[in-house]
Amino acid sequence: MENLINIFVKSIFIENMVFAYFLGMCSYLAVSKSVKTATGLGAAVIFVLAITLPVDYLLENYVLKEGALSWLGAQFADVDLSFLSFIMFIAVIASMVQLVEMIVEKFAPVLYTQLGIFLPLIAVNCAILGGSLFMQQKAFNNIAEATTYGLGSGIGWFLAIVGIAAIREKIKYSQIPAPLRGLGITFIVTGLMGLAFMGFMGIKL
Amino acid sequence: MKAIKNFFEKTQPHVQKGAKFHWLHSTHDALFTLFFVPKNTSKSGTHIHDFIDLKRTMGIVVLALVPALLFGMYNVGYQHFGALGQLETASFFDLFLFGLLKVLPIIVVSYVVGLGIEFIFAQFRGHEVNEGFLVSGLLIPMVMPVNTPLWMIAIAVAFAVIFGKEVFGGTGMNIWNPALVARAFLFFAYPGQMSGDSVWISASGIDKAVDGFTGATPMALAAAGHTDALNTWNAFLGLIPGSIGETSTIAILIGALVLIVTGIGSWRIMVSTVLGGLFMGLLLNIFAGDNSYMALPFYDHLIIGGFAFGAIFMATDPVSAAQTVKGKWIYGFLIGLLAILIRVVNPAYPEGMMLAILLMNTFAPLIDHYVVEGNISRRMKRAKVNV
Repeated sequence: MENLINIFVKSIFIENMVFAYFLGMCSYLAVSKSVKTATGLGAAVIFVLAITLPVDYLLENYVLKEGALSWLGAQFADVDLSFLSFIMFIAVIASMVQLVEMIVEKFAPVLYTQLGIFLPLIAVNCAILGGSLFMQQKAFNNIAEATTYGLGSGIGWFLAIVGIAAIREKIKYSQIPAPLRGLGITFIVTGLMGLAFMGFMGIKL
Repeated sequence: MKAIKNFFEKTQPHVQKGAKFHWLHSTHDALFTLFFVPKNTSKSGTHIHDFIDLKRTMGIVVLALVPALLFGMYNVGYQHFGALGQLETASFFDLFLFGLLKVLPIIVVSYVVGLGIEFIFAQFRGHEVNEGFLVSGLLIPMVMPVNTPLWMIAIAVAFAVIFGKEVFGGTGMNIWNPALVARAFLFFAYPGQMSGDSVWISASGIDKAVDGFTGATPMALAAAGHTDALNTWNAFLGLIPGSIGETSTIAILIGALVLIVTGIGSWRIMVSTVLGGLFMGLLLNIFAGDNSYMALPFYDHLIIGGFAFGAIFMATDPVSAAQTVKGKWIYGFLIGLLAILIRVVNPAYPEGMMLAILLMNTFAPLIDHYVVEGNISRRMKRAKVNV
């Protein structure tokens, strides 16, 4: 249990997807104009991460990893399919995103139109593939740890995008120098947010 | 006074629109209003009439900072002569003069660089010079270790003013406290010069130091497990190594009194920050076990390091703090909580106040957003019930 809490806290604050790894920047920069849409996209990312990670974990441990297929029979014990992991992970992510898209379209049509192209683009959001690959790299012990990691990373990404959306709403009426308006100032804000998040770096749990 | 007034009134026509020196008008205006309260009034809309303008507000904050600054100067001298073991022979004025000569150049550099950039930006962008830097320019020297080289101060000030403030449109628009941006910039860019045991005390002949002298701050000692070395009374008075202005809790409290009485600093933020710190300290005390830093009495956390200084002067910055009443309570409480948490749990940083405030500055707009939204939805519900 303590282990799970550690992973959870670590993936939200210390190894924040945006501020520690700078992953998922495209939708982070593009959909952060208002808190409302940012909340929607953030929730979608949490959902996708929390679903894909356990699925990918099972794939990794029962299909892809070296010797993972040994449950089929002794002759498969030295089969190593890990070269397929990228394509398998992406396939899982894409199908999960389809699922999210259908749910959002059905239950929140306004949000669906607001998110526009960025909802299907979650499929290529590097934070999500990053989550699966980090999961592979970290070699979690069981499926609960992988799910916790996915949930935590999603919440970390959610916090980042909602935070910057609130800041962007606040600076909407500031007299920002003309060349910096829009994306320019957003990059500067992201950098300074990263500076603030540095407070968590180096914490050992 | 009359001569100054005459000078500015005489030069006034030359900087008006179309006149030869119009490009200097923002500089002229800035200096004129420094000496005299402007008589211009707003022509449209509803305004609350008040004799206090931004320049006077900032003046009061600077005034509130003076006790901590003067004590900081004295403490620089105290630590220096203490390190050399000459405390008995040096008089009060020796101590103070030494500190004054050490601290004054830092303040001068901070103001010259910062105001220089402000004036340049004002000239180029054609707006009035904003007064915000009057406070930031004094806060920056006060949160620096006394041995920081002057060129580093200049770089940090330039970074803070340009990227912390001017790119957002100047005073009143910034998201992060410029003084903390300067401090954090130096902390991450030059970690060697900003932490460790040798930066807190100005002693050029450090090899002559008395035996057993380390120069470590109480925070560093506590992090290393020597919590018994902390003398609570000295820490409260401020006779401990640390950044220039942050050591003396009592001098900071005088400043806090000024801010609260004049209504310029938000007492809600101060109180909630202290509450957050106490809460976290108490929580850590309960779960301390054999970790001596966690077992450090919770009230001691408030008087060591930059906690008091941050809570009174940094967190209450009206621009970067939360704006709503409920938001201020949440904002302050989380600052106190995170500051102690980072301080104790994170082995990489001995002090957490700066990063806690920066982090909560980041999320202050979000807190405000939710408070406002919550208020709207609550009132909507009430409206529906009445219908």
